[in-house]
Amino acid sequence: MEEFVNESGVVTKPLNPEAATEVDMQASYEQHGSGTVGEIYVDDPRMTCRNVNVYYGEKQAIFDVNLDIGKNQVISMIGPSGCGKSTFLRCLNRMNDTIDVCRVTGQIKMDDQDIYDGGLDVVPLRASVGMVFQKPNPFPKSIYDNIAYGPRIHGLSDNAKHLDEIVESSLTRAGLWEEVKDRMDQPGTGLSGGQQQRLCIARAIAVSPEVILMDEPCSALDPIATAKIEELIDELRENYTIAIVTHSMQQAARVSQRTAYFHLGKLIEVGETDQIFTNPRHKLTEDYITGRFG
Amino acid sequence: MNNNLQQQHDRTMVRVQQGLDRRYRQEKRFQRIGLGAIILGLVFVSFLFISIIANGYTAFQQTYVKIDVNFDPEMIAPIGETDQEVLSKANYGGLVKKTLRDMFPEVTNRREKKVLYSLVSTGASFQLRDMVMQDPALIGTQQSVWVLADDDVDMLIKGHIDLNVPESDRRIKNNQMAWIQSLQAEDRIEKRFNTIFFSAGDSREPELSGIKGAVHGSFFTLMICLLISFPVGVAAAVYLEEFAPKNRWTDIIEVNINNLAAVPSIVFGLLGLAVFINFFGLPRSVPLVGGLVLALMTLPTIIIASRAALKSVPPSIREAALGVGASPMQTITHHVLPLAMPGMLTGTIIGMAQALGETAPLLMIGMVAFIVDIPGGPFDPSAVLPVQIYLWADSPERAFVERTSAAIMVLLAFLISMNLLAVWLRKKFERRW
Amino acid sequence: MQSTTLIIVLLGLMTLAYYMGRKRSLSLVNGRVRDLHSLPSYYGIHTALWCGVPALILFVFWISFEGAVVTGMVVDNLPQEIQELPPERLNLVMNDIRNLAQGDIVSREVDETMQGAADHYSSLLRISDMSLFVIGLSVAILGGLLAQRSINRHQRARNRVEKAINFFLVSSSSLAIFTTIGIVLSVLFESIRFFQQIPVTEFIFGLEWSPQTAIRADQVGSSGVFGAIPLFAGTFLITIIAMFVAVPIGLMSAIYMAEYAGKHFRALAKPVLEVLAGIPTVVYGFFAALTVAPFFRDLGTSLGLSVSSESALAAGVVMGIMIIPFVSSLSDDVINAVPQAMRDGSYGLGATRSETIRQVIIPAALPGIVGGVLLAVSRAIGETMIVVMAAGLSANLTANPLEAVTTVTVQIVTLLVGDQEFDSAKTLAAFALALVLFTITLALNMIALHIVRKYREQYE
Repeated sequence: MEEFVNESGVVTKPLNPEAATEVDMQASYEQHGSGTVGEIYVDDPRMTCRNVNVYYGEKQAIFDVNLDIGKNQVISMIGPSGCGKSTFLRCLNRMNDTIDVCRVTGQIKMDDQDIYDGGLDVVPLRASVGMVFQKPNPFPKSIYDNIAYGPRIHGLSDNAKHLDEIVESSLTRAGLWEEVKDRMDQPGTGLSGGQQQRLCIARAIAVSPEVILMDEPCSALDPIATAKIEELIDELRENYTIAIVTHSMQQAARVSQRTAYFHLGKLIEVGETDQIFTNPRHKLTEDYITGRFG
Repeated sequence: MNNNLQQQHDRTMVRVQQGLDRRYRQEKRFQRIGLGAIILGLVFVSFLFISIIANGYTAFQQTYVKIDVNFDPEMIAPIGETDQEVLSKANYGGLVKKTLRDMFPEVTNRREKKVLYSLVSTGASFQLRDMVMQDPALIGTQQSVWVLADDDVDMLIKGHIDLNVPESDRRIKNNQMAWIQSLQAEDRIEKRFNTIFFSAGDSREPELSGIKGAVHGSFFTLMICLLISFPVGVAAAVYLEEFAPKNRWTDIIEVNINNLAAVPSIVFGLLGLAVFINFFGLPRSVPLVGGLVLALMTLPTIIIASRAALKSVPPSIREAALGVGASPMQTITHHVLPLAMPGMLTGTIIGMAQALGETAPLLMIGMVAFIVDIPGGPFDPSAVLPVQIYLWADSPERAFVERTSAAIMVLLAFLISMNLLAVWLRKKFERRW
Repeated sequence: MQSTTLIIVLLGLMTLAYYMGRKRSLSLVNGRVRDLHSLPSYYGIHTALWCGVPALILFVFWISFEGAVVTGMVVDNLPQEIQELPPERLNLVMNDIRNLAQGDIVSREVDETMQGAADHYSSLLRISDMSLFVIGLSVAILGGLLAQRSINRHQRARNRVEKAINFFLVSSSSLAIFTTIGIVLSVLFESIRFFQQIPVTEFIFGLEWSPQTAIRADQVGSSGVFGAIPLFAGTFLITIIAMFVAVPIGLMSAIYMAEYAGKHFRALAKPVLEVLAGIPTVVYGFFAALTVAPFFRDLGTSLGLSVSSESALAAGVVMGIMIIPFVSSLSDDVINAVPQAMRDGSYGLGATRSETIRQVIIPAALPGIVGGVLLAVSRAIGETMIVVMAAGLSANLTANPLEAVTTVTVQIVTLLVGDQEFDSAKTLAAFALALVLFTITLALNMIALHIVRKYREQYE
């Protein structure tokens, strides 16, 4: 995603005016739309993305993406590096707002609320759409304070005991409690890489979000730590909606129910994970998963 | 379980919403504090500049008084001899006094006469002498001459003297006021551009003092400083960055350089005093010693900047040169140094600007002496601009306040142009690899 | 001027030597450069170095010791009773002789001995100058000729020249060490002489500072008390005030610049704030004495407080203003060194900017900020001109910022500016104070640089 950052900072006019109605939009896909192959809709969506375009300055990074993210499902996004999958993920909780030159057009709805609506506040949005990053990034604070950070800033706990409970249950759900319960006051940066990443997951869970976005969460980890995280993702699926970006196809196959394939900023194909890996319909998808490039 | 979590999430959202207002207020407040800090900083800058300029701009003008001088041969060359020796020794002070007496015949009292004489500067007599020596034919004629007004008169004309103060506390008395008003009525008082300020050395009389001596002193000092610190600084940087083996000795050198950069400047002054003056017996108050001390002081700055410049030259350049068989020394001199030179020059200019404004170490090596002559070289005793500012700032006369401020404006003008030059160099030669 | 001429002539000779060396190397091989060991220009440089360097070394030594030698010779010729004067009086006599020789005004009656000595002095100087000129140029010509003679096809001129350059490089970088040693030695020696007269304990723990010593033995009154506590307290007070101004403003403006300010605002405000860093301290001193101190005094009067016109407050506030850009640029560096991942982690949880700054960035950057503040403290302690011009001279032991206090640097300046006798406790005290100043600032720098380096390593 970094490849798209254009330092010139020139902002252009939106290329794509807001689309009209749902019906029209659907009709247009069939004719000339985004050209995505496969089933972009699900029956019970948590988030719906329509005609999403992302620009870094003058450069367009995402082209007209339409995608539903289903409730209590894991959806994985794969594709060669620089294909825009991370950029797209960061749109889902407006993390791209922190980049000055980045501009998003189109519509992303969560529970019928457009998250790019001018009146919408990013603070509650990010509280309900948590995020886990590529490199584990625990704060330089104690393990306890790392988890308690979110509840504290949002004022979620009634008292110290309640906060303790939140911390314990988050760590338990992230499968880290047994390992760290005796050293809660030690710095989070002192944990191993895999533990740090689970700490970051626990930190995200502590504010009880509905959706968790994971941006290549295992790319900095060894295989054993990766296995643990994947196990954890599978357990979390029961209660959370998870979108995960990965460049390991095996990982996508193991943890996700649906898979979306991105190529050069376009969403090429989306479908059930089994179907994508066994029977890809688009030529590019097939080339990618058979290892011809990427 | 799922239901339970959903409830928990809903509770969370309620609480988040409740806290939002307070948090955004906090956010606003924090942002305002930050902006306030910057604005405060900007206010300080502008306040400083305004205060200096407001105090100093009047120094670029000087009040002159027109007097009608009767070049009486009796007073200048009583025996009719007009050779230069005689002319230069005549009593021109008396001539000025007589002229003033003639212009205000009503003044008879001795004390009042003394006050009357103080209307014009003591420099007036030198002006008359120079006129006569240049053109002896003036003797015996009556001439209208514009002469320098005294600093107190100058201050009055420029409005720096508060007339509401009781007469006894005022530098200008009531009778002087009356004379000045009558002179003004006759158009005998005029403000002109102050050339003396730029063409004279220091003086005890504000109206006769100028910054030329100090500017020359600063120039010689900086030249010495540059001649030493630039080659040595660049050489040290080249050695440390390109040749030095990683061992204890180079570690010590590095720690040393970093520490020297933060040693108070006055300590360098003491070093200069003890080593250059007491040990080597070099003379005090000369630009040579000042330049040496400032060179030692600016070396760390230049070394650090030069090393940064060398670091920014990519290793591929070195590899390319070594690959065609150049010796390491040739690689450095032919390829690396020219590429790093703009960065090194920028660092050097900034170091020189620092040296130009430095005062404390120069006080230690005796550059605070009162020196009237304009130095002709680095071995002549001289002042430098910042020290001149310090000396004038200490003088009680009101007229020195405006001269101090004006000298500061000149110093700042030099510093700002040096910094702009550095910025321009960096912009022009900036290269991205 | 003599020496300037000499240098110019020497440079001319070196250029000549360069061309002669080059030419000879070329003529040796009939212009076929490939037969030479090194390029012709190296033979030229080699010759030029042999011509210039020995002469330059001679020149530097001559200049360094000329004064001492000539003075010694003049003193030897003075009448017995003057020679037996105590050293500081003798110094004054020598000064007069020098002034007389230069045609300046002299502080005493000019008698025949003095005039004779002055003439002797100037004639010695003339002889010295002439002989330097002659000897220096002979050395240069001889060196150049010898080097030119020695040129042959196999001479490794390039290696020799590179060796010479290398020697220059090594000695240049070692100069930093010699400077430090020079500082330590020059300050230490005089301090030891001071502590022979005044016990260390009295200096460090004494509560009273009054360095005026009697000039003559029969003089009544002040005998000189050297208790430095009031100076340390005064320095401390002014430093604290400066930090109260500089740290919040510097830190907050760095935060605003790094986290909030738009591109255009930053491009405008940052250089303007940096202007503060480029203003000479003597200007701040003038500003403090002329504008700020009277302002505080009038403000105090209108509030019914008595504020000294040399109050610690005025000096401290102005010093704080001077240090603002220092604090802010150091803080800016450390804040930017906090990885973006930290910010992302916090924003990803729904934290606002200020929450992220206060609870994540500042704690993460704290070691670096502390290091920067320590460097700022060391700078404030060593700052001289502001306090010389705006703080007091009398050593009050007080914690009231509205009163006048004095500082270590002010005392060093007042003790050393003006007439000096190099043996009195008064002048030596300045070196003892400088020793304390040097030690404290050095310690602060070492600690601060260590902290900052550790902090950098943490995020690399």
